[in-house]
Amino acid sequence: MENMNGGRALMKSLEKEGVKEVFGLPGGANLPMYDELFKSNIRHILARHEQSAAHMADGYGRVSRKPGVCFATSGPGATNLLTGIATAQADSAPMIAVTGQVPVKMIGKDAFQESDIIGMANPCVKYSFQPRDASEIPGVVRKGFYIAATGRPGPVLIDIPKDVQQNEASMTFPEEVKIRGYHPWTDPDIVQIEKAIDMLLAAEKPIILAGGGVTISSAFAELQSISELLMIPVVTTFKGKGSFPENHPLSLGPIGMHGHAEANKLMTEADCVLAIGTRFSDRSVGTFEEFEKRLKIIHMDVDPAEIGKNQTTNIAVVGDVQATLRIMVKLLMQKSIKKTEGTTWLKHVKEVKEYWRENLKLPKGEMTAAKILRKLREVLPKESITTTEVGQHQMWASLFFDVIHPGTFFSSTGLGTMGWGFPAAIGAKVAKPDVAVVDIAGDGSFSMTENSLATSVLENIPVIVFLVNNFSLGMVAQWQRTFYDRRMIGVDLKNCPDYVKLAESYGAQGIRAQSLDELEKAIKIGLKSDVTTVIDIPIDPEEDVLPFVAPGTPLKDMILPS
Amino acid sequence: MWAIISILVENKPGILFKVTHLFRSRNFNIESISVGVTADPEFSRMTITTIGDEKQIQQIVKQLDKMIDTVEVRRLDEYKTVYRELILFKIKINKASDSMEINKLANAYGAKIHDVKKDSIMVELTATPDQINTFEELAKPYGILETARTGVAALQRTGA
Repeated sequence: MENMNGGRALMKSLEKEGVKEVFGLPGGANLPMYDELFKSNIRHILARHEQSAAHMADGYGRVSRKPGVCFATSGPGATNLLTGIATAQADSAPMIAVTGQVPVKMIGKDAFQESDIIGMANPCVKYSFQPRDASEIPGVVRKGFYIAATGRPGPVLIDIPKDVQQNEASMTFPEEVKIRGYHPWTDPDIVQIEKAIDMLLAAEKPIILAGGGVTISSAFAELQSISELLMIPVVTTFKGKGSFPENHPLSLGPIGMHGHAEANKLMTEADCVLAIGTRFSDRSVGTFEEFEKRLKIIHMDVDPAEIGKNQTTNIAVVGDVQATLRIMVKLLMQKSIKKTEGTTWLKHVKEVKEYWRENLKLPKGEMTAAKILRKLREVLPKESITTTEVGQHQMWASLFFDVIHPGTFFSSTGLGTMGWGFPAAIGAKVAKPDVAVVDIAGDGSFSMTENSLATSVLENIPVIVFLVNNFSLGMVAQWQRTFYDRRMIGVDLKNCPDYVKLAESYGAQGIRAQSLDELEKAIKIGLKSDVTTVIDIPIDPEEDVLPFVAPGTPLKDMILPS
Repeated sequence: MWAIISILVENKPGILFKVTHLFRSRNFNIESISVGVTADPEFSRMTITTIGDEKQIQQIVKQLDKMIDTVEVRRLDEYKTVYRELILFKIKINKASDSMEINKLANAYGAKIHDVKKDSIMVELTATPDQINTFEELAKPYGILETARTGVAALQRTGA
């Protein structure tokens, strides 16, 4: 038992959790905890907007697989965090968001900078706490980290009234916590796994659908073993992109709205799918009814509530997917099951894949999406981390940027938050300072959190912003061209600002690349630079992302380039 | 399909909000809800009746179970459960014979009579929702002035 104030107890608790950095912005209601942050060994990384602080913590969390921590003050500071918290929740990213709150006695009085952030955040957090007494803080932080990081990860909000930060109390720091209603781990049922193997062996046209859960549980090696032992081709969801090496002969790439043509085609032909760590998002499966027609579904997921939510499953295995796949590999080994190439299905898969890799019509010109992203892949070391913003560039990255090293590709896939990629890249770089981090960006998205340039420069966290600049909100423009008879409204960004000058004004490096040669040089400069580099890459604003499965239509109705 | 879901929750502020918010955000519907502290003051029991198809009800149960503040979530089998609701009716008295008739009706249903006035009579009935609905139909011709209904409380029979 030690006597200390709530703010000090918070810092001590964070230190005990191994936290070295927090991303945040101070304000009136979190001053006491900032004063204790000043006295602690934890590094503060100042964001210029709370949303960016949350995305930084999110990027840090996804890369390190430990909760990233962000701080904000009460009221607008807390509401600014919300988009970041909701993004983390939609993509199951571990995060601890700590907000200041008005003093306990002021709660409910509509005090200055008071917001009911617990109420507002309820549907987009895994859990939330509002300690009303300083002595609760150590237990709350321990529980918060435990909840955020275990089972299906997610954001936890800790809202601490100002007086609770200031008050002295006798503190006990628990090592273990018990939460009666929280059972994050289920042991995978071996009988179900055996049934799954039998079903896969009986199938004529089996396919594996790998989701984001494979990345979250780091089940890359296990996934590859299963695919190779059973000789089953692998498609991924967009969030699962890169959970299986995209240069592997059995890799078909992501399915979905902007999936690879071969992946969508073969997904609709398959008769049995082993779906691992996926929630069958509408963006991945097209329409739920059509997707499950004629398809046997084996679903493995850590979250029992995902079983049967969107698709009807034939066999379900609840549990951590790495643990589940390990058991599956062991069973396959015991039974000496090792399939070889040469089935009709595998021959067909190979043909379809080769056909589309050679015959997908791409627009002509030097600076097209495919060419610039393939150039990036060519120059960038395989272990580099890439994040993306949200929009056309993101879907082009899905189509043309192959992820070779598993678990190096991250994107806001569920909530689709524009402005996520750059601050997330900063967070990723903090988590892994020794690898290059690239944000594949679009101009519309980048402009939403571009002031994080200040953070990256002043805090010495160099990343590369690969800015695919089509002077427009390109994805919206594409939908207006496709579905609204070219009635273009609200999408022309008119090349404003000048991103080279913008980067320079923050003390970062700005390079405009107008040819593939210039692009290659710029990437190489960026990789060697100790300051953030923004590579402005102007492209044709009329270029569409194709293939395209229109919303509310099945994968088989994919629109191909003509 | 009608379902009764019994939820044991931590007896802490804000849990009712979280449960009802879950129904709202997942597009489920609450037909009735009753909440009360259990014999162990650390817990409260919520009894929720809801309507949906089999798939929806399974989802509701799973989503409730996923909530960290729920300690136990059970879908109760209607046939193995004692479930009751309490309702107070204020029924209009139009003529002298009405009072007699309503008294008879109340007796037949095991209801209690409260607050007999010249123009109205208050009846308290504890019964299953179906019985309450039937009683309401029978009382309607007199004119129902006001009602207050608690929502269902339910417990599974031991060994059932």
